[in-house]
Amino acid sequence: MTPHIEFRNLSVFYGGKRALDRISLSVRRNTILGIVGPANSGKTTLLKTINRTIEFISGAKVEGDVFVDGEEVRAVESVYALRRRIGMVFPLPVGLPMSVYDNVAYAPRRMGIHGRAELDVIVEQCLRDSVLWDEVKDRLDLLGTRLSGGQQQRLTLARALSLSPEILCLDEFSIAIDPVTTMKIEEVLMRLRERMTIVLVTNLTQQARRMADHVAFINASELVEWGETGQMFSAPVREITGRYLNGEFG
Amino acid sequence: MREMSNPFAPTAYERRKARTARVMEYVFLAMGIALIIPMLLIIGVIVVKGWPALSWEYLTANPMRGGAVGGIWGPLIGTFYLTVLCLLIVAPVGILAGIYLNEYAPDNRLTRAIMIAVTSLAGVPSIVHALFGLGAFVAAMHLNKSLLVAAATLAVMTLPVMITSTREALAAVPRNFREACWNLGATRWQTIRTIVLPNSISGILTGVILVVARAAGETAPIMLTGAVASMWVEDEGWAKFTPYRLDEQFMAMAMHLNSIARDVPGMPESMKFGSALVLLLLILTINSAAVALRLYLRRRKRW
Repeated sequence: MTPHIEFRNLSVFYGGKRALDRISLSVRRNTILGIVGPANSGKTTLLKTINRTIEFISGAKVEGDVFVDGEEVRAVESVYALRRRIGMVFPLPVGLPMSVYDNVAYAPRRMGIHGRAELDVIVEQCLRDSVLWDEVKDRLDLLGTRLSGGQQQRLTLARALSLSPEILCLDEFSIAIDPVTTMKIEEVLMRLRERMTIVLVTNLTQQARRMADHVAFINASELVEWGETGQMFSAPVREITGRYLNGEFG
Repeated sequence: MREMSNPFAPTAYERRKARTARVMEYVFLAMGIALIIPMLLIIGVIVVKGWPALSWEYLTANPMRGGAVGGIWGPLIGTFYLTVLCLLIVAPVGILAGIYLNEYAPDNRLTRAIMIAVTSLAGVPSIVHALFGLGAFVAAMHLNKSLLVAAATLAVMTLPVMITSTREALAAVPRNFREACWNLGATRWQTIRTIVLPNSISGILTGVILVVARAAGETAPIMLTGAVASMWVEDEGWAKFTPYRLDEQFMAMAMHLNSIARDVPGMPESMKFGSALVLLLLILTINSAAVALRLYLRRRKRW
């Protein structure tokens, strides 16, 4: 079976500086891949190569290949269609300067969906999936930028889900969220796995342990090792992996 | 008697610093006042001396005998058309160029060269722009000195202001917003139309209004490219509102003022100051409109 996402010998350079060094890694359909590693080791860069938003960083150069569904991302017919298939949530929450409702309806509207009833369904479903519905259902016309940081982060998640993406990439999604809400979102993600493949970049090794089917450990631009979550935590091949996953450095 | 030691008493060093701080405060205050005084004096003199001349008759009558008799209707409406025409040329070009430079242009040498050129153009004296307009439109393109040529010259002069203010307004929209949209598969133009422009419109409009104020007040560029000190214009019926043709010469407030202040013999003092006052009020009104619009739009701003 073709892996849903596959990185083959992927390297990324910013100017002359190497940010990712020959990463080869694949993610099976409907699984969760946890990517862990110290700050500044290239995890976010890896996510940005999947939907090609890396191209917005001036001076970034990509070598090697990224395949989504067996198709090289730079060979796809429409980069916008590619991005719509991939939901992205980055660590700093961004409420767009429009109402909560319009935030979630933004992407569907750009796709030409304008029917109020249809949008209502999408907005409610996405806000429920991101555990924000109960807090905002009575004030959907509130500005997205007026929500608290944690709420905006869940709004970002709702927006990422609004086109029912087949791949969901989360970069430190729980940084701005309290532990209770984090647990709720984790439950939702476990359910969403039935519908989509999830790539979860996290600083919390325990979060990766709870959720991921596979874990990849990236350190200093290199993929140190990757494998089944249980194996990675109990019997890592490399000593440094064990030390990182057990919180002894990082 | 032994002095009680007070832990909060300032040390000699702190007292010295406090004294310096006080002195500096007065220096800054004095500079601020020095800035305001000349402006207040100028406005004061113009208002006091020009006020008696102002009347409905003065505003709506056409100037006669070079402006020594009658009013300022012709120049006033000339300035109106001149400004509108200038804006029709400069706003689309300037705003679109600003959008290109901020949203599309790659960060390379060409872009930086364009930006340096734009900034330098903004610093070129208006008489140089006037000569450019004369050379390009009249000498090279064989157009008449006219309302259109003068407006085009003003447009060239104000273009850098329009581009720079548009670009600054766009740059003030956080990059996060754009990235969020790109991640959702929105194209650059969709992102600009739905997020960037709605949140920078107040800044862009401020640029537009600055352009209006500048176009209405400049003398040199129009003096060489189509404005005349005085001419006969239609004074009856609807034609009074459309006295000029695009390809003919015209009157404008700045030019009118320039001429009656020096060249017209037997010019009553109050009418000179009256014209100055009208021009001043015109530009003050436009500027206050800019401030009001900006405040209104900023209150609606959403982050």
